[in-house]
Parts: sequence; structure tokens; C-alpha cells
Amino acid sequence: MTTDTTPYSGPRMPAGGTPPGGPNPPAEPDPEAGAVAGESLTRDAWRRLKQNRAAMVSLILLIVIATVCVLGPLVLPWGLAEVDWNAFTAPPSLEGGHFLGTDANGRDLLTRTLYGGRVSLSVALVASFVSLVIGVLYGAISGYVGGRLDNLMMRFVDIMYSLPFMFLVILLMVVFGRNIFLIYAAIGAVEWLDMARIVRGQTLSLKRREFVEAAHALGVKDSKIVTRHLIPNAIGPVIVYVTLTVPKVILLESFLSFLGLGVQEPLTSWGVLISEGTDTMQGAPWMLLVPSIFLAVTLFCLNFLGDGLRDALDPKTR
Amino acid sequence: MADKLLEIDNLSVDFQLPTGSVSAVKGVSFDIRPGETLALVGESGSGKSVSSTAAMRLLPELATTSGAIRFKGEDLLQATPRRMRRIRGNAISMIFQEPMTSLNPLHRIGAQIAEVLARHKGTKGRAARGKVIELLEQVGIPEPARRIDSYPYELSGGQRQRVMIAMALACEPELLIADEPTTALDVTVQAQILALLKDLQARYGMAILFITHDLSVVRHFADRVCVMRRGELLESGETAEVFANPCHDYTRMLIDADPHGHKEPVADDVPVLLEARDVRVRFPIKKRLFRDSEYFEAVRGIDLTLRRGQTVGVVGESGSGKSTLGRALLRLLDSQGDIRFDETDLARLDTGGMRPLRAKMQVVFQDPYGSLSPRMTVGEVISEGLRVHHPEFNRHQREAQVIEALKEVALDPAMRNRYPHEFSGGQRQRIAIARALVLKPQFLLLDEPTSALDRSVQVTVIDLLRDLQRRHDLTYLFISHDLSVVRALADTVLVMKEGRVVERGPTEAIFADPQEAYTRELMRAAFIDAAA
Repeated sequence: MTTDTTPYSGPRMPAGGTPPGGPNPPAEPDPEAGAVAGESLTRDAWRRLKQNRAAMVSLILLIVIATVCVLGPLVLPWGLAEVDWNAFTAPPSLEGGHFLGTDANGRDLLTRTLYGGRVSLSVALVASFVSLVIGVLYGAISGYVGGRLDNLMMRFVDIMYSLPFMFLVILLMVVFGRNIFLIYAAIGAVEWLDMARIVRGQTLSLKRREFVEAAHALGVKDSKIVTRHLIPNAIGPVIVYVTLTVPKVILLESFLSFLGLGVQEPLTSWGVLISEGTDTMQGAPWMLLVPSIFLAVTLFCLNFLGDGLRDALDPKTR
Repeated sequence: MADKLLEIDNLSVDFQLPTGSVSAVKGVSFDIRPGETLALVGESGSGKSVSSTAAMRLLPELATTSGAIRFKGEDLLQATPRRMRRIRGNAISMIFQEPMTSLNPLHRIGAQIAEVLARHKGTKGRAARGKVIELLEQVGIPEPARRIDSYPYELSGGQRQRVMIAMALACEPELLIADEPTTALDVTVQAQILALLKDLQARYGMAILFITHDLSVVRHFADRVCVMRRGELLESGETAEVFANPCHDYTRMLIDADPHGHKEPVADDVPVLLEARDVRVRFPIKKRLFRDSEYFEAVRGIDLTLRRGQTVGVVGESGSGKSTLGRALLRLLDSQGDIRFDETDLARLDTGGMRPLRAKMQVVFQDPYGSLSPRMTVGEVISEGLRVHHPEFNRHQREAQVIEALKEVALDPAMRNRYPHEFSGGQRQRIAIARALVLKPQFLLLDEPTSALDRSVQVTVIDLLRDLQRRHDLTYLFISHDLSVVRALADTVLVMKEGRVVERGPTEAIFADPQEAYTRELMRAAFIDAAA
């Protein structure tokens, strides 16, 4: 065990930083001291993530894709539903101004893909985030408290599982009318169930560990035990599951749109574009390839980023 | 000199890790003759298990091996995988430390033993069943004809280890490699298993390579001893010779590693800190909706008085309820009976009312790997209690307290930004002690704090605990199955069995002249040396 200082620098102690007063006059703090307790795991994780080249490239690519999807349509000369009467099913070319070609209705494919990206990415982001937050809290509380409450909470999850998803979506549509936020809500309402079960399982095994018992003996509040001890230690499987959720959500959305329950023409999404593209695959492959490449790159990046995050959040990986 | 059965010649094992190469065994040579017992002794990280695993060619792919391992003249390192499968379990077999996990929980034990027979001898059906029953009888399983159809969960730890031995003996091997076969067992069971191995060795005439960290176990068991440290062979020779005349300081330290010293009892007029009357703890076994649940009583009415500065040792084998008692006293478990700490009746307090007292009564657990959250730095671990009990402290004050606590337990304060996995077992146990000390407690529950540590580390932790007690006037309740540690640390001893106190009294009196049969049996098993 060496005693070198830590390579990252957090907030350092001020010079001669003996705080005035205090019930027990503290010893002179070590001037070599690095970070103080607090958010050091996240800062440490960020340092480790930066060393992971695949994860960093993925992160940058994801940011680029998201930025292009948000800003691109503002710059491009074509509108979402704007028909170019001179170019139906035109292949990609620089001259005609349709860099990635047009679809069967003469609409610019790049423009439509970027609009579609807005929908797909935001659904993925919101639905995954909702499922993450609800699922982790629900699962951790259920597993930690245990007993009758655990039974009740898990039976509720079982009931939610047994509700047909389509029925739920149609019901929401009937009650609230067609709205893209309903898709977010519907998908989020279903995806958290798996997450809750995973986190509950992790919590059940973690809460028997001695460090949780030690926290009890210190008098740490139950809410703090859940947030400081249980959830951080369950984070590995959670992140892996989130990276699996995102593609699932994107595909679920295109499925809903395909049934006429999701986004409606002229608005589109990657899933819708891909399913349209498969119809014309033989005559006009670019209509399939362009949205597929966008989707595939995004999913690849998410997987690499997820792996990187899982490793970065585990202090055992150096 | 008799022929060599297994000859290990200049064996080196390196592990290729992403961070670089680590050499676990560095040029070790030793040999075993037919029918003899060779003990390979060393503490964790000495390479003793790696050497024997190499002989079975069971090392992970990361390992590169050089040198030669000759079994009856045949170099096993050059043998084909097919040839190795014929040797393993047949000519050389192995038993492991963990009887709880080394049997497949989904198969009956008879089927698991029969599998070995079918694989190597081609014995199947009725003949195999007869052979298995015979084997079970030889390893001392009662009612073998009935037990053959048991599942592993139906057997105790000692019985499972006997099943493992039966499995290893199925093909009458010439060499048995026993890797810490008794470490996970209670002392009385440990003595029985050693006697069984000795007996079977005489009957089968096999050689035993006995791997252990505990030098005292091998004293009357092994013919020859090899002492290893950090991948090197320090010393080898006849057992009696090594014990009588160790040439290496390290060997001397291992032989002499039983903790020394004793504690003077406190006077009778010292004020009482913790008093428990008729403590009972029960766990529901079967929950029923409309009728009364069935319960298992782990602690059945125990009285206990702890005076300031006293150390009470609680001794017992696994399942005696000693850990449950400790947790009940700290109100980590619900219990019946009367517990008073510092004149306060704990039973009347709710979680919130209990919180201020938590700073005064702290705990150190057994498992140095499980008792620190792997995702918190050492500084965070230690300062957590301060956040609860001294919310008025700012970050710098907390930091200063953490540094002070780390200095108390003789760790470098600069290490507080590291994570627990970077520390050794002994260091982690010091961190756990620092976590308890930072709150300036009066009472410490020590639940087997030294059991998972190497002997040489144990001694230093015990010295630390003794030193801290003197400096801070601490009161300890020391729970342990290890009698020699209790003898060194406690001034009063409680012997527990099946949830009840069998015997209690001043340490010296109990150890010198145990009154109860159970206590005597414990002593005999624990101090084999003294008995022989």
C-alpha cells in the first residue's frame, strides 16, 4: 500500500485549515489531503470514464447526434412535409440538394431522419429516465422494508405486468386523446416494472451484508441507508438494464406508431422510417439504410457508454 | 529414501493481469512419498493453494506455469487434458475448504458420489449404490443407507465435509490434496475430521498433501511440514524437528502466534454499564396467516452484566446464538427481556430515541470484506456516523476527526480517499474499528473481529484492541469461537450452547478448571497441543 496523493484534486483544505471551535478540537488536517467525503464516487467515476476511450468516443458521438437532430432541421433547406416535385425516390446526391435522397413522396430523407431522431431520442430518454427513477426507488424500498409492504408492492407489479400493454395505451388514448406525451407515459409506466424487480432482488441480497448492519448500528436513517448504501451498490445491473431498455423503448415506439397509436404523419420517428424503408428496400435501399445507420450508431454508443459507466462506477476497476 | 509419489520441482506460477504480471509461486520444490502426510503451511497470499491447484492443472488461463510437477515420474504439466481428466479424482483427488458450496445443492449426495465412480471405474447401478453406502459408512455418516438419498442442505457442515471426503476416496486415490478442509468447521468437528483423515490414511495407504494456515493443526497430523511465505518456500523438514527447532523467524512467529497476555478483572464496585436480564430472541420459521407462527428460539433467556472497562468473552460454536445475543443487546434485532444501558431502559426507546445512544455503543463485525461498503471511500465510511451524530460539524471538522480516528488505529490518514478493496483484511478491520471509534463509544460489540484474519495479523489487531481499551476506558463484549483469542482478551467468559449459557466465570478459572462437560470438550478440541 503506497501513500501517494490521489491523482485527482478535489476541493483542497485551505492552508492551515484548522476550523475554529468545534466540540472536539480537531487535529491539524493533513496538508496532503485530497478530496473530502461527499461526492467523491461520482467525481472518481468521471475520471475513470475519461480513461475509457470507447466510452468517451461514444459519449461524444451521442452528443453530436443529439445536437444535429435538434439543430439540423433549422439549417436544412427542406421542411418536414415539404414535397420536392422534381425528385420522387431520388437517390442520395449533392447536386439536387437531397444529400441522403428523398422518399417516395419526394420529401428530403435527411430532414425527416433528423426530425425522427428528435422523437426517438426523446422517447428513449424520457421513458428510460422515468423507468430508472421509479423502478430503482420502488424496488429498493420494497426490498429494504420487506415483509408485508414488500408483498403488497410486488403484487401491484404483478398486476401491472398482467395488464395488456395495448389495452393500456388504447385506454390512455381514449381518455386523453392522441398526444406524444402519452407515449412517454405509457412506455414509462411499463418499463419500470422490470427495473423494480431487478433492484428489489439486488437489495434483498445487499441488505443482509454487514455494512448495512453497521450503518444501522451507527444510527443512520433508513432513507439514507437506501440512498447511500443500497442503491450505489446495486448500480451495476441497473446500468446494464438501462442500456437494454433504450433500444427496447425506441422499437416499442415505432410499433405503436405502426399501429397508428404513436406519432402521426407527417411527423415521424426512426422506427417508422425504418419500417417504411423495408417496403422499398430493393428499389431504394437508402430509405432503409439512412435511418437504420442513425439508430444502429446510437444504440452502439449507448451500449459502450453503459459498459463504461458500469466500470467507472465500480471502484475496483482502476 | 522411498520413491517419490509427487515431486514438485522448481515450480513457478505467474498470473498475467491487466496491470502486469504477478508471481504467486517463485521456484518452489518439494516432494511427497507414498503414504506420508505433508503439510503446506502459510498465511493468505503465500501461494500454498496455488501450488496444489497447479498440481491438479486447475489454474485459470491467466496463469503461466514453469518447472515440473512429476506424479510417479510423469510430468503433469506436459500431460494432455484427456490424460489429466483420468488422473483427477482417480489417482489424485482433492477436498476443499467450503463444505457449504462444494456440493451441488440440486443433487442427492449419493448421486454425486456415484458420478465419480461411474466416471473413473465404470461402476453403475446397484453395485455403485452399495459402494457409496460403504464409503459413507467409512467416513462416519450415521445411517448411510438412508442418508445416501439426502440433499446437501439436509446435512451439517461437518457431515458435508465427510461427504466430500467420501467423494475424494471413491476411487482410492494415491494422493489426497486437502485444501484447508477444517477451516470452516467448529473446533470439535475439526478434531473429528482430522481423526477421520488419519484413520482413512492408515486404511488406504494414501499420501495426503494438507494445506492450512494454522500451524498448530498440523503438529500432530503431518509427518513433514513446508512453510511458505509470499510464494517462496522458507523451510521444510520433519514436523517434530521444525516445531522444536525452527530455523526461520517467520516459522517461529507462526508457531508462537497464539495471542499472549491476559486481562485483569475489574473490581466489583465499578459501575455497571450494560445489564441484560432474561434476554430472549426468536425467529419465525413458518409464518401462518390465522394460527400462531412457529418460532425458533436462538437465545433462550440470558443474563449479562458488563461493568465499565470489562471485557466479557462469549464463546460457543456456530449456532449457539452468540452473535444473535450481541445483536439483540445493540437493538439490531428485536428481543424480549430487559436491557439497560447506562441506566437507560432500551426496550422503551423507539428508533429515534435509540439514535443518541448508538454513538455510545458500537460494533465491529467479523467479515472485513463485507462490513465496508465497496462504493464508499474509507473517509466516507468513517465519517458516516459523524454525519448522523454531529450534524453541526462542517466538512473540515469531520475530516479532522477521520484523520484522528485513522491515527488511533495506526493507519496512514492519507489513505482515507481510497476504497476498501485496496486494503488487506487486517487493514479493513482497522478501518471498521476506526468507524466505531470516531463516535467515542463507551461500549464495543466485537463480533468475531479476528476470525477472518491470518494469525500474525490477528495478534496485531488484538494488541490494538487491548491498547484502545486502556486508553479510552472501553467496555467490550467479545464474541468468538476461538478460545485462545478469548483467553488473551477477556476477563470474564460466557460459554454458550444452543441459546443458553452453559458456564460462566473469570477467564483464568474457566480455562484452568472447566466444570461442565461441554466446556471441557471445547477446550480439548481447541488445544490439541495441550492435550497431547
